[in-house]
Amino acid sequence: MLNPFTIARRLRRIGLLGLNARNADYVLLYNQRRFYPRVDDKLQTKNLAIAAGLPVPALYAVVREEHEIAALHDKLAPYESFVVKPAHGSGGDGILVIHGRRGNRYRRAGGSLMSRGEFEHHLSNGLSGLYSLGGQPDHLLVEYCVKFDPVFEKVSYGGVPDVRIISFLGYPVMAMIRLPTRMSDGKANLHQGAIGVGIDIPTGLTRRGVWGTEPVEEHPDTENSIVGLAIPHWQELLLIAARSYELSGLGYVGVDIVLDRELGPLILELNARPGLSIQIANGQGLEPRLRAVQQLQRSGNLSADPIERVAFACSHFATT
Amino acid sequence: MRKTQLYLVAALMIVIGLAAFYYKWHVLSFPLTPVEQTEVWDIQARVEYQPRSGPNQVTLQLPMNSPGFSILDERFMARGYGMTIERDRAGSGREVQWRIRRARGDQALYYRATVYRDGAVEAPGDRPGQSQPPELEEAETAAANALLEQVREQSVDSASFASRLLREFSEPSPSPEVALLLRERASANDRAQFAVELLAIRNIAARWVHALELGVDGAGELRPYLQIYDTDARIWRMLDAQGRIGWPDNLLVWSRGDRPVLDVDGARGGRFDIRVQSSLVDSLEAAVKRLEFRDENLVAYSLLSLPLQTQDVYKILLMVPIGAFIMLLLRNLIGVKTFGTFMPVLIALSFKWTSLLAGVILFVLVVGMGLLVRFYMERLKLLLVPRLTSILIVVVLIMAFVSVLSNRLGLEVGLSIALFPMIIMTMTIERVSVAWDERGPGYAMKMAAGSLLIACLAYLVMSWPPLEHLVFVFPEVLLVLLGLTLLLGRYSGYRLTELFRFRALARSQTDG
Ligand SMILES: Nc1ncnc2c1ncn2[C@@H]1O[C@H](COP(=O)(O)OP(=O)(O)O)[C@@H](O)[C@H]1O
Ligand SMILES: [Mg+2]
Repeated sequence: MLNPFTIARRLRRIGLLGLNARNADYVLLYNQRRFYPRVDDKLQTKNLAIAAGLPVPALYAVVREEHEIAALHDKLAPYESFVVKPAHGSGGDGILVIHGRRGNRYRRAGGSLMSRGEFEHHLSNGLSGLYSLGGQPDHLLVEYCVKFDPVFEKVSYGGVPDVRIISFLGYPVMAMIRLPTRMSDGKANLHQGAIGVGIDIPTGLTRRGVWGTEPVEEHPDTENSIVGLAIPHWQELLLIAARSYELSGLGYVGVDIVLDRELGPLILELNARPGLSIQIANGQGLEPRLRAVQQLQRSGNLSADPIERVAFACSHFATT
Repeated sequence: MRKTQLYLVAALMIVIGLAAFYYKWHVLSFPLTPVEQTEVWDIQARVEYQPRSGPNQVTLQLPMNSPGFSILDERFMARGYGMTIERDRAGSGREVQWRIRRARGDQALYYRATVYRDGAVEAPGDRPGQSQPPELEEAETAAANALLEQVREQSVDSASFASRLLREFSEPSPSPEVALLLRERASANDRAQFAVELLAIRNIAARWVHALELGVDGAGELRPYLQIYDTDARIWRMLDAQGRIGWPDNLLVWSRGDRPVLDVDGARGGRFDIRVQSSLVDSLEAAVKRLEFRDENLVAYSLLSLPLQTQDVYKILLMVPIGAFIMLLLRNLIGVKTFGTFMPVLIALSFKWTSLLAGVILFVLVVGMGLLVRFYMERLKLLLVPRLTSILIVVVLIMAFVSVLSNRLGLEVGLSIALFPMIIMTMTIERVSVAWDERGPGYAMKMAAGSLLIACLAYLVMSWPPLEHLVFVFPEVLLVLLGLTLLLGRYSGYRLTELFRFRALARSQTDG
């Protein structure tokens, strides 16, 4: 067991970004508060992305009032599967993934069935703000349910893996893919037990994984190797991350992307305060990469062209 | 740039807070700890006299600027008398004049003062004017000259000169010169006055004062003390009747020697006695009284001037910032997670009315029962606001029930549950149950227990008497706290829990 001072010294040496430093030196300085609604409200994010020509899951319906809930059953009838989520939700709270129906009941991603009453109750909880930041009344989105790309079938358990890319001033600086496990209950949130796997930015190959705080090489449920997988459409993913800077106006932003079997990459959400576990998954600190971009900024060499920014990232931010 | 400004503002806050604190502590003598006690003396001067027919006037000299002491409080008791207090022009004396048109029988007048040792030293003053040399007969002049010559041979400076002279005066078998000179001057006061006059012959500035020794409780006596002006230090040096130089420890200077302490105009038989009683009082009380006596606005504009009930409220309110600061430390330096940012502080606050153990038990009881009800309500599928309202109602009912039950059982502590913040408990119940559903019972219980533990910690700090006292008496330390908070406002180092969280990254490294 290492003593805390040794740990702190070593972490500082690899440039690990702590929460306080992320908030004080990046979020507070590069993310203007007036742009927060663009990412905190998933509906706004979606509209902005559509306007910018970036791919997102199609919007089926928006629920703003209690009385609209009852009419939803008919409105959603044409869709076999769909996802309901609170516009201001976070951490996966309140998200309902419906994979199909049985009679009058909805079948959830986990396989359990939900009566119409339960469904309506869940939605009205969401409307009253139970799952939302700050608990203020919210609206709900109903959107296309992503059919995930089979490349990940062998390394995920009961859910959709998503790719998280941190974009700083439009430069994709670090990336990982989050693989759901039995423990995470199909959700792709690391603190709930999903695996984070670091991705090498130039090649789009997965390099190393972390589960909890331990490094892993294989998926604990499927026992397939999680290292050396090639992420499909990788350059496209990087470009989406780079372009989300112009879209959101936020300098320091986390972009969550899922890969659909037919539609390719789709933006799920943007995050103004992306988590720090991505550093464990990559075995590297964020700070040196952020500094490299700040260096460009200082010398006035920041690029306005997303393609150039991706090229810079590919030549500088390798994860071995 | 932005950081410099921040540091500047923070430093300013800290300096202002510390300066105000230091001033109140050192100069105004506000006590640092709640148990500090100060010795005070209650002095009662009693005047008795036989009135004559017609108007009577009694003049009593009062203590004023006694170096080393302050008056906390004084009272005059003289029924039927008109009273004026006069200060002399030089500011060195003060007297009370009691007047009555008609009085019958023995009269008793009282002056009571509470004095307190403030440790102040005498301020330097200018050289006083010269006293008049004595008027002496021829034989006495010769004796005086011989005496002074003899004294001069045995002394080195004016103080030792005066000391020698007083020792000659108090010799049990005086020299013939002294015997001659003191033949007509028997009382101690007369001798002191005579000494001053003799010293004037030698151009030594001297005066004498009536002073009271506060050493023992009981009857006290005003004794004459000689004072010699020290031209170098520009202060007065004190000599007792035996010629010993130096200020005795407990000497309270009452009044100037050249005026009689008591003057009963016209009437005969004026008597005067003093009683001294020492006691220990709360230093805070002493400091406040002293300021009030000095008529300073500092008390009038401080928390100490508020009604007692309001003071009690502020004693508690002023601790909230301390609790909030602890939360700041725990969250940003340690990295602890709790339900709600300041919720533990508010819970800790409510423990102040119960005591820790009872508070925790009552809190767990109410929240636990509330949770059971909440889980049942989950089945009823209520909307958020109606659900919160119904939990609130249930919480209030549970509180009333616990109060009634504990009253029946004779457990007084259960009654204080009425002071628990029900909104906080309602929100706690809701948060715990949401976390239970979303993140599982283990997580919810861990968070709840963690929050409660931190509330206990905050309570222990917030109810630590020395700290409570410090913040209440010196609210300016909150400025220091604000300064520290500002400094921490841009702390961007690691949190302690992060070291644990990222330790796997550190393990793969080696020190190079
Ligand atoms: N359209 C969708 N199709 C399939 N799964 C989805 C969809 N939207 C969200 N999810 C699942 O829910 C998780 C959280 O969704 P996200 O939009 O990131 O919300 P949050 O802000 O709560 O994290 C995703 O990681 C994914 O597993
Ligand atoms: Mg997410």
